[in-house]
Amino acid sequence: MKNALVRLGRLTESFFAEAGGIFILLGQILRFSTRLYKDRSLFIEQCVSVGLNSVPIVLLVGVFTGAVSAWQTNYQIEGYIPIRYLGLGTFKAVIIELGPVLSALIIAGRVGASIAAELGSMKVTEQIDALESLAINSVRYLAAPRFYASVFMMPILVIFADFIAIIGALMTATLLLGIPSATFFSEIPKFFWIWDIFAGEIKALIFGGTTALIGCYIGFKTEGGAEGVGRSTIRSFVLSSILILVFDYILATIFF
Amino acid sequence: MIEISDLTKSFNDKPVLRGVNLSIKSGESVVIIGRSGCGKSVLLKMMTMLLPPDSGRILIDGEDITLMDDQNLYRVRRKIGVLFQGAALFDSMTVQENITLGLREHTDLSETELRRIAEERLELVSLPGILDLKPAELSGGMKKRVGLARAIAMDPKYVLYDEPTTGLDPISADAINNLIISLNEKLKVTTIVVTHDMVSANKIADRIIMLHRGVNFFEGTPEQVKNAEDEVVRQFIEGKADGPIKQVIVKEQPREWWRGKRF
Ligand SMILES: Nc1ncnc2c1ncn2[C@@H]1O[C@H](COP(=O)(O)OP(=O)(O)OP(=O)(O)O)[C@@H](O)[C@H]1O
Ligand SMILES: [Mg+2]
Repeated sequence: MKNALVRLGRLTESFFAEAGGIFILLGQILRFSTRLYKDRSLFIEQCVSVGLNSVPIVLLVGVFTGAVSAWQTNYQIEGYIPIRYLGLGTFKAVIIELGPVLSALIIAGRVGASIAAELGSMKVTEQIDALESLAINSVRYLAAPRFYASVFMMPILVIFADFIAIIGALMTATLLLGIPSATFFSEIPKFFWIWDIFAGEIKALIFGGTTALIGCYIGFKTEGGAEGVGRSTIRSFVLSSILILVFDYILATIFF
Repeated sequence: MIEISDLTKSFNDKPVLRGVNLSIKSGESVVIIGRSGCGKSVLLKMMTMLLPPDSGRILIDGEDITLMDDQNLYRVRRKIGVLFQGAALFDSMTVQENITLGLREHTDLSETELRRIAEERLELVSLPGILDLKPAELSGGMKKRVGLARAIAMDPKYVLYDEPTTGLDPISADAINNLIISLNEKLKVTTIVVTHDMVSANKIADRIIMLHRGVNFFEGTPEQVKNAEDEVVRQFIEGKADGPIKQVIVKEQPREWWRGKRF
């Protein structure tokens, strides 16, 4: 019993230590926002690797998300709600929820884990020490460009995902469910709020930042050779996915 | 001038350094020897605050780096070149980018000037013509020498070499020894070398310091070390398994169950 309490105590302590460490890293990264222009080549390099290279997978996920939502919405509302609301329902679900969250989860797997693996292997092979010994701040040189690139690219990726998802939904509606496209779009203008898109984009921005921040933090903390790098990769994906879902809930309660 | 006093460092309650005191004058060439695992690399890392000490002071040109803010620490680090034991080359960059990264970040030199400096440094470590290779394409000894070229790229006042000749053939090793000596003599670079190679130690050192049991156990000129009567020192330089330095059986640290499975 006493042992369990000691363990619980340690667990709590380490939780707060980790959370504190993450906030300190975030603070340092935000301080380096002033250096962003000078370090733009690093930033652009990361935008390509975070953003451009993620476009295919995000589009693929987007089109299926849209198609499935349309199909499911049709099944749910059939017989209760006029079919002309199908387009609206799908549209809102995609813009507010599915686009940002599913894209963010994909990015947590693709980008967050790769940040953790890359920085982690730099850590265990002393490359981060080498950088610091050249009087180059590793947070500025490695973490800041990755963080700002994710924050910047995530909303753009989500726009792509939303757009292609609507197309997927439209295809399902017209080709499989036999709903004319005019009916699909009929109710959208009446209930369309710019606020919905804005909320989705805010979510994307926060999810992108979270993923990169966690990836960098866990990467910098990596210890113990190749095994440690593997552990960091998994941890980064698990922790960012959890945080994305938690933040999604919190943001939903704030926004709506 | 580097002055280190009462420096201690433990890892997981296991003391590695228990109170190291060193004073290294500008222009001096000091070799640190000691058994594998006695904390030589740890000591070098603390000299640039890559690892924070548990207690003690490290003065570089009179400034205590253990108390410094980042900005001042980076200013001091620019005076110090470091060759890491495992070379620690940036594997996403070419050899030339590795060597010139510091200059690229801290100066406004043009690409042609950077390339010229990289070429020149590579010639010094007798590796001309590999500017555009990636570290993965180099042998272990070549990596070491590129690491050395990077360490001296910014014309540092101090250079810390962690085992500069380990893994090199005798001819390259001697060339590196000569390079270290000529940097020290011609450019007045203060030199601190960690090595197991007694030939190289005797050739380079003004003074040899032996680390043992977490303290600076013995100091003297190569001559004094050769004639030392202390049994620990004798055993080390003669390289015998039997003697006062015992094989230390390293006990497995108890692992807390929650380590490594927090998420
Ligand atoms: N990051 C670390 N975490 C835990 N223990 C460490 C760490 N770094 C070093 N140690 C421990 O400190 C001790 C000294 O290590 P160090 O690398 O300084 O040895 P060394 O004298 O350089 O040995 P070698 O000649 O083999 O390079 C070792 O016992 C090592 O286990
Ligand atoms: Mg070592």
